[in-house]
Amino acid sequence: MKRLLQIEFIKLWNSRASKILIIAYFAILSLISILASIKFDIGEIHFRLADQGIFNFPYIWHLNTWIAGFLKIFFAIVIVSMMSNEYTNKTLKQNLIDGLSKKEFVLSKFYMVLIFSLVSTIFICILTLVLGLIFSDFNTPLVILKDTDYLLAYFVKLLGFFSICLFLGMLVRKSAFALGFLFIWYILEWIGYSALNHYFPDNSNIPDKIFNFFPINSLANLVKEPVTRFNPVKTASNLIGETIVKDYLTHWYEYAIALAWTFIFIFFTHIILKKRNL
Amino acid sequence: MFNEPHNKISILKTILTINNLTKKFGKLTAVNDLSFTIEKGNIYGILGPNGSGKSTTLGIVLNVVNKTSGDFFWFDGHTSTHQALKKVGAIIERPNFYPYMTAYQNLKLVCKIKEVSNAKIEEKLKLVELWDRRNDKFKTYSLGMKQRLAIASALLNDPEILILDEPTNGLDPQGIHQIRELILQIAATGTTILLASHLLDEVEKVCSHVVILRKGVKLYSGRVDEMVASYGFVELKAADNEKLLKTLESYDAIGKIVEKENKVTAFLTKEIAAEELNTYLFNKGIVLSHLVKRKESLEDQFLQLTSNK
Repeated sequence: MKRLLQIEFIKLWNSRASKILIIAYFAILSLISILASIKFDIGEIHFRLADQGIFNFPYIWHLNTWIAGFLKIFFAIVIVSMMSNEYTNKTLKQNLIDGLSKKEFVLSKFYMVLIFSLVSTIFICILTLVLGLIFSDFNTPLVILKDTDYLLAYFVKLLGFFSICLFLGMLVRKSAFALGFLFIWYILEWIGYSALNHYFPDNSNIPDKIFNFFPINSLANLVKEPVTRFNPVKTASNLIGETIVKDYLTHWYEYAIALAWTFIFIFFTHIILKKRNL
Repeated sequence: MFNEPHNKISILKTILTINNLTKKFGKLTAVNDLSFTIEKGNIYGILGPNGSGKSTTLGIVLNVVNKTSGDFFWFDGHTSTHQALKKVGAIIERPNFYPYMTAYQNLKLVCKIKEVSNAKIEEKLKLVELWDRRNDKFKTYSLGMKQRLAIASALLNDPEILILDEPTNGLDPQGIHQIRELILQIAATGTTILLASHLLDEVEKVCSHVVILRKGVKLYSGRVDEMVASYGFVELKAADNEKLLKTLESYDAIGKIVEKENKVTAFLTKEIAAEELNTYLFNKGIVLSHLVKRKESLEDQFLQLTSNK
């Protein structure tokens, strides 16, 4: 594993474009903290986002992992373009001739994705702890440690998403097309969902259950949107007579579905490479 | 079907064995029932016109093209292909490296893949005269330099066999010369070489053994000098070609006779010296104005082989 990671690291870190994207990723990730200092001073109204409790433990774990999730597209671009470059430069072919097995090639990419997801998770963990300790109204250890399983959900979500990117990069070979394909796939899942809704009776929960099994949605499910959980939002919706009943927890079967997809995508990445004549 | 051994001494170490290898791309059969073996210490050429299946064959044994049927194994057959490839150095078609990385970084990566130390990088870059340019990015290199870097890369592990596929393709004369010098230099160290080429003189200059392919079928494999069981031919000219022709026909060492542009070409059916023939004709009253005994060049033999079937 160490050897494969070293191989991948040499490829990745010597590429200026990847380096810039990765640094940009972590830089923008830290910008979440800027949310804290946003102040609105409109006449009599003084409003600071941080004072409204968005940085309160344990809510902050959910909010930060959800926001950070959007930035994964930066690394997705790196993965997809690295993979397509291996094809256009024919370095994939040369790697195999030099004695890397096809399995090792796929594994080296997967290990890289694994490490990157891990680093990103640790980064967001530290960032959240710092922000929380500064701004949170409740700082007892019990409250701080509550809901930290969102970190695990975040990690699995990244791993799954990057595995889809690896798979698409291997399948499509051209980075722009692979990213386009990812976007189309996302839309197709939603079209599929509305078609299911159309087909089943209005109060049926079957469409939602099926939707949970769609690859991209299964990943989105790991960290559900936290906005409606935010106290002021809740109060506001109560006022207009709407009660939001939503399950924000991540269940074991949601992890299982996401991990199963991760395995399937990596497995088929290997199968495609095995079948292909380079 | 195994090949008959190329050498009388059969204790030679076998490097690569190919048995009944076939590769089909849809309807096209690129390699058809190909068998041959490569033994240590020889220099092999795979010769064939473009599209004869040379690169496909190399692609299969190098783990990048999937075979349709048949099999091959490296060395004694006990190691997996990708493990065996760590002891092989190969360059196919164009040099493939990461363009954004320097020569040194690229070679470091190859060392990691082949699981050898970085110690050889300097030696090999000096051998191909690229040490001074080691910190320049690969994309700034000329084609000749890229090809030389590829050779350095293939030599990093001091391979048991060096495989070169059209190594001089697209190079200028100076580049071609440099690469050939390098190949000869490497061959002199006793490294087994497999050279695929459509250039006859390239193979003729370097190789001791040759495999000739045409449309994926093996036409010949064996020593270059035994390629056609031929004793060569003589070119003759005399004042009276009529009489010369008649006299030659009655001579038992002469097979086919062709007369062209006042010159008579007679193919020999057994080994005779030119003097012997000259004496015979002189005794019959023919005085020659021209007599040359020749062996067919590889080119003649190659064309003969590839066009007859």
